[in-house]
Amino acid sequence: MAVWFTRSRFMSHHLKREVGLLGLNNPSFWSSFTHHNSSPLENCRTPETVFSIRRFESTKAEKQLDSRFDDDENLILDFPGGKVTFTPEMRFISESPEKRTHCYRVLDDNGQPSMCSSFEQISKEVAVKMYSNMVTLQIMDTIFYEAQRQGRISFYLTTIGEEAINIASAAALTTNDVILPQYREPGILLWRGFTLQEFANQCFGNKADYGKGRQMPIHYGSNKHNYFTVSSPIATQLPQAVGAAYSLKMDGKDACVVTYFGDGGTSEGDFHAALNFAAVMEAPVIFFCRNNGWAISTPTTEQFRSDGIVSRGQAYGIRSIRVDGNDALAVYNAIQAAREMAISEQRPILVEALTYRVGHHSTSDDSTKYRPVGEIEHWRVARDPVTRFKKWVERNDWWSDKDESELRSSVRKQLLHAIQVAEKVEKPPLADMFTDVYDRPPSNLSEQEGLLRESIKRHPQDYPSDVPV
Amino acid sequence: MATRLKRLERWASLSRRGFSTSCDEQKLQQSGKNVNLFSAINQALHIALETDPRAYVFGEDVSFGGVFRCTTGLADRFGKNRVFNTPLCEQIVNEAAKFRYRSGNQFNCGGLTIRSPYGAVGHGGHYHSQSPEAFFCHVPGIKVVIPRSPQQAKGLLLACIRDPNPIVFFEPKWLYRLAVEEVPEHDYVLPLSQAEVIRPGSDITLVGWGAQLSVMEQACVDAEKDGISCELIDLRTLIPWDKETVEASVRKTGRLLVSHEAPVTGGFGAEISASIVERCFLRLEAPVARICGLDTPFPLVFEPFYMPTKNKILDAIKSTVNY
Ligand SMILES: Cc1ncc(C[n+]2csc(CCOP(=O)(O)OP(=O)(O)O)c2C)c(N)n1
Ligand SMILES: [Mg+2]
Repeated sequence: MAVWFTRSRFMSHHLKREVGLLGLNNPSFWSSFTHHNSSPLENCRTPETVFSIRRFESTKAEKQLDSRFDDDENLILDFPGGKVTFTPEMRFISESPEKRTHCYRVLDDNGQPSMCSSFEQISKEVAVKMYSNMVTLQIMDTIFYEAQRQGRISFYLTTIGEEAINIASAAALTTNDVILPQYREPGILLWRGFTLQEFANQCFGNKADYGKGRQMPIHYGSNKHNYFTVSSPIATQLPQAVGAAYSLKMDGKDACVVTYFGDGGTSEGDFHAALNFAAVMEAPVIFFCRNNGWAISTPTTEQFRSDGIVSRGQAYGIRSIRVDGNDALAVYNAIQAAREMAISEQRPILVEALTYRVGHHSTSDDSTKYRPVGEIEHWRVARDPVTRFKKWVERNDWWSDKDESELRSSVRKQLLHAIQVAEKVEKPPLADMFTDVYDRPPSNLSEQEGLLRESIKRHPQDYPSDVPV
Repeated sequence: MATRLKRLERWASLSRRGFSTSCDEQKLQQSGKNVNLFSAINQALHIALETDPRAYVFGEDVSFGGVFRCTTGLADRFGKNRVFNTPLCEQIVNEAAKFRYRSGNQFNCGGLTIRSPYGAVGHGGHYHSQSPEAFFCHVPGIKVVIPRSPQQAKGLLLACIRDPNPIVFFEPKWLYRLAVEEVPEHDYVLPLSQAEVIRPGSDITLVGWGAQLSVMEQACVDAEKDGISCELIDLRTLIPWDKETVEASVRKTGRLLVSHEAPVTGGFGAEISASIVERCFLRLEAPVARICGLDTPFPLVFEPFYMPTKNKILDAIKSTVNY
């Protein structure tokens, strides 16, 4: 400390001389510099002194006058953020609550609404679309996964087990609400009308892919559907979502931003920055955490020691709820309420959905190496969100076995057709490699493109033939 | 210490004289007061917020005026909704740079300009004197711009803010207070990706940017005493950079020297050198010289050893001309 002060004094003296020599000395700069150095010390001492004196002076009369005491005669500190009560007791706050935060759910495992559950009835039309989309998502995953295994696409990642999260949250929003996804949320696009052909085009990276074949499969994005393009680095979408929400706020839009992320993503600095940022900026954003138990091979017990994610909300001053992610009605209701609060009260909301990643992390992963098959099977069969929702829809007499078989065979057909088409559509032209780095290609890229084209002419055998040059 | 003093004096003398400006920029001289670099930046930010209701200024400490005073008065004038502090959060390389490309031009982060202080300042040490421009130059999707003076800073910053690409705008710390020149008060922009010949010459071309130009200018003055005529070029925009201006100059002089504060290995000088060798190999009369920072973290007490000083440059000018 002493050394630091000596040094800094030396520095300021030294600089003063340098600058002074040039006749550029600026008094306000130097006075603010000095002030900066001394103020933290003053700040530390003053309050302590004041309060220790006050303690002895305590009287009822004074209490009425300035209300610096609570009902138990404890001194109150008026501190930025609100009043804080002093206590003579030294007590550390427990690292965990006595009880874990409850999980909101509407449907039990048999698709029966619990008697006293508060939920909004949804129409037959919405319910049937939700169920159909959940089934479509499952079939799309199965068929694309198979296509990857056959070597027809380079990579894939399923959403199996998280269909309710995908579809029910999408159903509770409007298409004006802006989505910043992680990568396990294609169901929102599906709900908004992104076609199976469009999904296939992206996975095959053909010239109809809006991303022009530049990213890996499953990195969907559609401006038309208010769905930002997926980015591989984990959690980067979170602070961006806050910025997007702030923009909606400034434009006075009747819409919010919803950003999705996994349990693993919550360990990133971006998660913390985003929650804090959103709370301070009062941004209308819903943070939707899919707590599916795993981040590739890392279980949540190795990811965090808090009561899940929901408990983080309060620390940042954000209202939060824990919901059963495998209960479509609970997700629908929670998101609808969250949206209403986010927009009408202009505030962020944190939602933690408890679920399970039933599939492997991706086609590059074999999850039986790090988790018991029995666990996977339990969630795949006994806790399947699609089956649970189906039971409820059937109980309402909105769905028959005939509807089921028609839907399944039609989706299968559409998907196989989409894959065939996507496979035949040619790859994006070579020129697309050089565009969009900037709004217009600068000369260095034009030059490199020219050199590349000459090289292709000389050595055509070195290059893939399905990319038009 | 002596070196530092010299450097400051040097700058003062240079800024009094001011760099020569090219013809299309003569009109900039018409009106204006003498201001330093941070005031010029401040003027540009005021104009940006005034002329575009969707322009925002946010970042660490900007609300109270900023550590270097560049954002003074903005929050009062334009309100805390448009000028506000944020927790620090950086997504330049993976996000801003690739936003347009990865979405097939469906999304972009448009007029994002990231202002950052950079470079040596006499007492910054490892972290606060670094020159990380080459990192950013190696990330396709972002532009990198560095001004050499207050007048340049204002015009280039406004051009960056109005450019539809994400740009990292490095402000040489050394010049914030010490560089003073006449800056027009009106709204003006200077072209991006256009280098400027700030001193014409015939024997050797010198290329640099930011605060280093003042050191190079001194070397040019001293070389002239030995009968060597140096052409000095301010690159201004590092990515995408103006090869044509540098190439034309080297075709004339047959020799090239690049100088920057950042470490020589993998520095942007390497890129300039490689490109010019590709384009002017037969015209070159000597190897391209690079007088740059050393490949160490920026060392506090050894700063004068580390820096690409006037005499290092002068020696290299002589050996290149006499090769
Ligand atoms: C910044 C960053 N670090 C690491 C990775 C590698 N990675 C890809 S997915 C993943 C796990 C993410 O888990 P979670 O957020 O729980 O999402 P889930 O896959 O379970 O849906 C990791 C570590 C990455 N993509 N980005
Ligand atoms: Mg996970």
